[in-house]
Amino acid sequence: MKYMILIYSDPAAGPAEGSPEMQAEFGQWMALTQELAESGQMVGGDALHPVQAATTVRVRDGEAVLTDGPFAETKEHLGGYYIVDVPDLDAATAWAARMPNAHYGSIEVRPVMVF
Amino acid sequence: MGGPGAVEDAYRREAAGVLAALVRYVGDVQLAEDALQEAALAAVATWGRRGIPDDPGAWLAVAARRRAIDLLRRERAQAGRAEALARLLALEGAVAAGEADPGLEMAAWPDDRLRLLFTCCHPALAMDARVALTLRLVGGLETPEVARAFLVAEPTMAQRLVRAKRKIRDAGIPYRVPGPEDLPERLAGVLSVVYLIFNEGYGASRGDRLVREDLCAEAIRLGELLTGLVPDEPEAHGLLALMRLNHARRDARVDALGRYVALERQDRGRWDRVMVAAGLADLERALALGRPGPYQVQAAVSALHAEAPDWESTDWRQIAALYGALMRRGRSPVVAVNHAVAVSMARGPAAGLALLGPLLADRRLSAYQPLHAAHAALRERAGDLGGAADAYRRAIALSANAVERAELERRLAALGEG
Repeated sequence: MKYMILIYSDPAAGPAEGSPEMQAEFGQWMALTQELAESGQMVGGDALHPVQAATTVRVRDGEAVLTDGPFAETKEHLGGYYIVDVPDLDAATAWAARMPNAHYGSIEVRPVMVF
Repeated sequence: MGGPGAVEDAYRREAAGVLAALVRYVGDVQLAEDALQEAALAAVATWGRRGIPDDPGAWLAVAARRRAIDLLRRERAQAGRAEALARLLALEGAVAAGEADPGLEMAAWPDDRLRLLFTCCHPALAMDARVALTLRLVGGLETPEVARAFLVAEPTMAQRLVRAKRKIRDAGIPYRVPGPEDLPERLAGVLSVVYLIFNEGYGASRGDRLVREDLCAEAIRLGELLTGLVPDEPEAHGLLALMRLNHARRDARVDALGRYVALERQDRGRWDRVMVAAGLADLERALALGRPGPYQVQAAVSALHAEAPDWESTDWRQIAALYGALMRRGRSPVVAVNHAVAVSMARGPAAGLALLGPLLADRRLSAYQPLHAAHAALRERAGDLGGAADAYRRAIALSANAVERAELERRLAALGEG
């Protein structure tokens, strides 16, 4: 089954930008991504720029209205995602638990719909 | 011949096993349940007319499988349906070729029930859904019965069950016994679901009856099933011991008028000695495995109560020590309050009140009824009647169970007479 692993965290809760801890976490992300790829279970995945770079689009009365920022103000922001193809939910949540930010952020696991 | 009662009994004995085995083949709880439901209707009609077959389980399994084949054919376009259909048709093919029906290897059925139990108690499901699913799918209760057990409306419970089954399917919650690395944690999750069912029956949080025996009996039945399935897990035996030792006191916990009777004042002659003996044997089995755990410790406390001739001559020192051991494993308000009560019995009310102090100062426990009930009783024993009255009033205001509340009101009224 395919699952999307959505990676959320509060930027204030994680290591500070440019700190050695941030460097260390970056190394962990690289290692995890490599391990996922080598397992043959990774379908895709990306890291996202922070929400300061987000633009939200809504079409109202036929017109596209653009607003600066994410669609909802939440403390935890979506920072990236993986899509994995694994046998079941236990396998997907096992990967999720290994996300380097899981100890201060939240990782949501969603099955991908099959048509 | 099978009268309606006999037909229903035969069905209920077999249904849970048939369902669990069918889930293994079709990989979808809802579809397996729908198929079994249709097979049940056929069973009622056929068995009522022609009598219950020699092997009702096999009859049901074959009937449910054929219904499942029909359902899968209709939904062939959906994901996973074609594979499930192929698996069932292979079984039918084997039967047609004159081979023994591979779908009727009943030796595999207990393992299927264990798998289904782990699926129902999966941590990705909300706790109320785990409880409902376990009662419905593993315990074999009908949806209205599950609804009654938790005093919710039938459509609400039906919805809860449908949602949970949909999540099992859509989220890919596996149908298997977890591997060795996850087993201890997941088994603890299963035990806590069973214990929650028991506790809901033992001290019904809602309603006007204190003990809901049907729920307690169902939890004990699940505990028996579990100890049969994982006989080397000491905590499974410990939980069964705990449930039996507590349930053995059921007749003495409520008086003829339905009023709650505290352990202190229970007529111990009314305890179910057969069940006590079974519980003590469970505990021995658990302890012999040499890996103590919280259920075993709690069962040991219950065993000390069961063996004591009365409240005063109970081995309170030992009980206080056991609660102390539980406190070191993780603090919970239930354990902390019981620890304080046990210490007060072993060393006097002042020692117990000293332990309650920090709990009473904890704002998170300000609405925890048992804390205030215990506080009131200790103040009373210490001779502080004013403090006791305040604490009783507080506990009364927090009681959602009518039987419990009436007992606290009785004690409050008795304060002035002492």
